[in-house]
Amino acid sequence: MTDYRTPLADIRFTLRNIVDFDALTGLEGFAHAEPDLVDGLLDEAARFFEQVVAPTNRDGDTVGSRRNDDGSVTAAPGLKEAYRLYVEAGWGGVGFPEEYGGGNFPWTLSIAIQEMLTSANMAFSLCPLLTQGAIDALIHHGSEIQREIYLEKMISGEWSGTMNLTESQAGSDVGALATKAVPRGDGTWSITGQKIFITWGEHDMADNIIHLVLARTPDSPPGTKGISLFLVPKFLVDDDGGLGERNDVSCVSIEHKLGIHASPTCVMSYGDNEGAIGWMIGEENAGMRAMFTMMNMARLSVGLEGLAVSERAYQQALAYAHERRQGRAPGAPKGVSSPIVDHPDIQRTLLDMKSCIDAMRGLCYRNAEALDHAGHGIDDDDRRRGAQLAALLTPLSKAWCTDLGVELTNESVQVHGGMGYIEEAGVAQHLRDVRITPIYEGTNGIQAIDLVGRKLPLDGGAVVRAHLDSIGVTLADLDGIDELASVAGHLAAALDATTKATEWLLEVGSSNPLDGLAGAADYLAMLASTTGGQILADAALAARESGDADLARNKALLARFFAAHRLARVPGLRAGVESGIDDLALGRAGILAG
Amino acid sequence: MKVVVCVKQIPDPADPGELDPDSKTLRRDVKLILDESDSYGVEMALQLVDTAGEGEVHLVSMVPNNEVSGLRTALAMGAAGASLISDECLAGSDALGTAKVLAKAIAAQEPDLVLTATESSDGYTGTVPVQIAELLGLPSVTFAKEIEIDGSTAKVKRQTEAGYDDVECPLPAVVSVTAGVVEPRYPSFKGIMAAKNKPVEELTVEALGIDAGEVGWAGSRQDIVEITAAPVREAGEIIEDEGDAHERIVAFLDELKVL
Repeated sequence: MTDYRTPLADIRFTLRNIVDFDALTGLEGFAHAEPDLVDGLLDEAARFFEQVVAPTNRDGDTVGSRRNDDGSVTAAPGLKEAYRLYVEAGWGGVGFPEEYGGGNFPWTLSIAIQEMLTSANMAFSLCPLLTQGAIDALIHHGSEIQREIYLEKMISGEWSGTMNLTESQAGSDVGALATKAVPRGDGTWSITGQKIFITWGEHDMADNIIHLVLARTPDSPPGTKGISLFLVPKFLVDDDGGLGERNDVSCVSIEHKLGIHASPTCVMSYGDNEGAIGWMIGEENAGMRAMFTMMNMARLSVGLEGLAVSERAYQQALAYAHERRQGRAPGAPKGVSSPIVDHPDIQRTLLDMKSCIDAMRGLCYRNAEALDHAGHGIDDDDRRRGAQLAALLTPLSKAWCTDLGVELTNESVQVHGGMGYIEEAGVAQHLRDVRITPIYEGTNGIQAIDLVGRKLPLDGGAVVRAHLDSIGVTLADLDGIDELASVAGHLAAALDATTKATEWLLEVGSSNPLDGLAGAADYLAMLASTTGGQILADAALAARESGDADLARNKALLARFFAAHRLARVPGLRAGVESGIDDLALGRAGILAG
Repeated sequence: MKVVVCVKQIPDPADPGELDPDSKTLRRDVKLILDESDSYGVEMALQLVDTAGEGEVHLVSMVPNNEVSGLRTALAMGAAGASLISDECLAGSDALGTAKVLAKAIAAQEPDLVLTATESSDGYTGTVPVQIAELLGLPSVTFAKEIEIDGSTAKVKRQTEAGYDDVECPLPAVVSVTAGVVEPRYPSFKGIMAAKNKPVEELTVEALGIDAGEVGWAGSRQDIVEITAAPVREAGEIIEDEGDAHERIVAFLDELKVL
C-alpha cells in the first residue's frame, strides 16, 4: 500500500496549459480567482485530502458502512470525523455562489479539488457529489424560500443531499417510475413509494439529509412527461431553519456491492406510516427538466471518478514496480533480480496508464472549462459556445474516462502480479470501486446514444465540426517539430478517420437512426481517443514553450506513446461505426433469439 | 492579548530535496511549507486568544528569500498578520543568529506571550526558544502540553519523561510547545481566501538594527565539518523455526549484549 500523493504538478500544468485559466478569471464573477490564491487553495486542499481523507479508503472498503436494526446507517470507520473536518474546511462550497456561503470560483477549480477528494476515497466522495447535484437542482429550479432554507447548509455540507430516481422497474427508463405524490391541501405533498440505489440515502455524518425525489402527481401524463421533483427532508425544517420532527422516510436495507463499500446504497421507503411530507421543486411535470440541468455536471463528475481512481491505482502500481524484484531485465548483471519496472512490458503498461491519465485530466478539465463559459461567459456567443462544447464533451468525459478507469485499474492489478489478486495488496479495491462508473449516471451505452443521437446533430453538426477543426489547429501546430512527428502522423490519421465517421453518422444516422445507434459506442471511442491525442499534443507543445527541458521531454514522450498505442487504433474503429444495423438485427432474430 | 508565534518555513519533508555539498546544509531553493512542528504553536495560540475572547495571533518568521507560502498556511488557520525577516544575508544562520533576529522582530510586537515549537523539523537544534527568552530577558518554559492564561500569569503543564510539571511564570514569557499536544486545524477555503489580504510585513536585518555580520554565514559560530548519508537500513535475518529457533534468538540477543 502506498499513500496518495496529490499530483499537484500535473494538476497545475493542466489548469495553466490545457485549460486557459487566465481567461476564466476574466469571466463574470471570477476576478478573485488569481493565480496565487488558486495555488494556495490547491496546496491546502491537497494536504487535507492526503492527510484526512485518503487514510480512510482501506477501512471504508474492508469494513464498509453498516445498516443497524433501527434503520440507521453507521458510516465506515473514520468517515464521520473526516466529514466533520471536510465541512469545517468548507471544501464543498468552493464552486457555489457566494450569497449562499460558497466561494464562487470557476467550476474548473472545483473539479481539480474534486479529483483529489475522489482519489482519496471515491466512496466517501459520493456523499458530497450527490449533495452537489441536489444543490444544483435547487439553485436552478427551487423557489426563493427553498433556496433560503436549504442551500447554505447544503453548500457547507452540514446537510447532505440525495437524488432519488431509480425504482426496481425504472432504471435507465426513468419514465416508468411509480412513486406517488398527492397534495395535502396546505401546499405540501404526501409522498409514497420505494426508491432503490439511493447513494448515501441514510447515514450519520450530516445533521440532516435532503432527498430530492422524482414522483408522479395524480392524473399526470405517462412517461417522463408526467414526472415532478420533490424535496423530502429526513428531518422537517422549522421556519427558523432549525430541525423539527423526523419525516416518514426510512432506509429499509442497503445493498451488498462489488465495490464502493463505504458508500451506503440504500433502499429508501417513503410514506410507510403517516406519509412523507414533500415540497415540489419547480413546476408540476417538469421533474425531468430539472434532472437534465444537473446531468452535465453529474456526468462530468463520474467521468472524473475514472480519472481519479486510475491516478491512485497508477501511483500504487508505480511504487510496487520499483519495490518488487523479479527476473533479470535486459542488460542487468547476472544473479541479480531486477525491479520489475526495469522490464519493458511493465514500462509499457505504466506509460499507458500515465499517458491516458494525463489525457483524461485534460478532457475533464476542458469539459469543466466549457461549463464555466456556459454559465459565466463574456457574452451570449461565449455562453452558447461553452454550453455546446460542454454538451459535446460530457458523454466523452463520462464514458471514455470510466471505460479507461476500468482498463487502467485492471492494468494496475496486472502490474502487481499475483499479489494484485490478493485483497491485502489494496489494489483490487480500485478495480472493484471504479467498476460502477461505466454503469451509473447513464450507462456508457446511453452516453454513446446521447453523443450520436443528440450531440452530433447540434446546430446541424456545426458543434462537432468545430471541435474537429480545433484538433486540426493542434495538428498544424505540430508541423515541423521532429520529436512530435509521429504524434502528427497518428493524429492526422485519427482525425481523418473520425471526420469521415462523423460525416457518415450525420448523413446516414439521420436517415436511418438505427445504423447510427449500432456504431455509437465505437464512434464515442474514436472521438474521445482523438480528443485525448489532441490534448497530449497540446501538452507537449505547451511544455516546449515552458523552458523546462525535463517537462518538455516528458510531455513529448507521453504524447508519442499515446499516439502509437491509442491514437493508432482509431482508424481501425471506423469499420465498426459504419457497419450498420443489419447484422445486429440478424443476430437478434437468430443467435440472440433466446 | 497578543500572542506571537515563531514559525519556520522548511522544504517539504515528504519531498526534501538534497544537501548542498558546498554549504553542507539543506538546499532551500525549493518550495517551502510551514514546519508541521510549528502548527501546534499556531493552534495553541489561536485557542488561547479564543479563550481570552480578545486579542490576536501574530507570526514571526525569517527566510533568506521572500518565500511566504508556509506563512500563508498559518495565516489561513487564523493568525492575524506576520512579520517576515527576509534578507539574503540570513543564509547560513546558526541557532544564535536566528534567535537574535527573531528576538528583535518579536520585541517590536510587544507580545503578552511568545510561543515556539520545541525544535524545527529540518535543523533540530532545539536551542532557539531559550535563546530568544534570554535575549529578551523573559522567562522561558519548555515542552508545554497545556497553557492557561490567568491574568498576568501563564500556568503551564510542562511535559516530562515521568509525567508533567505544573509551572507558573509571569507574562510576557517564551513557551515552547510540544508537538502533538493539540490538533492543528486545517485551513478552511475561506480562511485561505482571507489570508491573501492579511498583512505580511517584510523586514530586512538592517531595519531591525542588526549588523549583517552578526547573522548568516558571517556571524555563524558553528562550522559543519562533514556530512554523510544515513546508513541504509539492512534487511533483518529471518529465522525459520526448525526446533532450535529459541536457541538462535537467545544467541542473537546475547551477541547484541542485551541479555
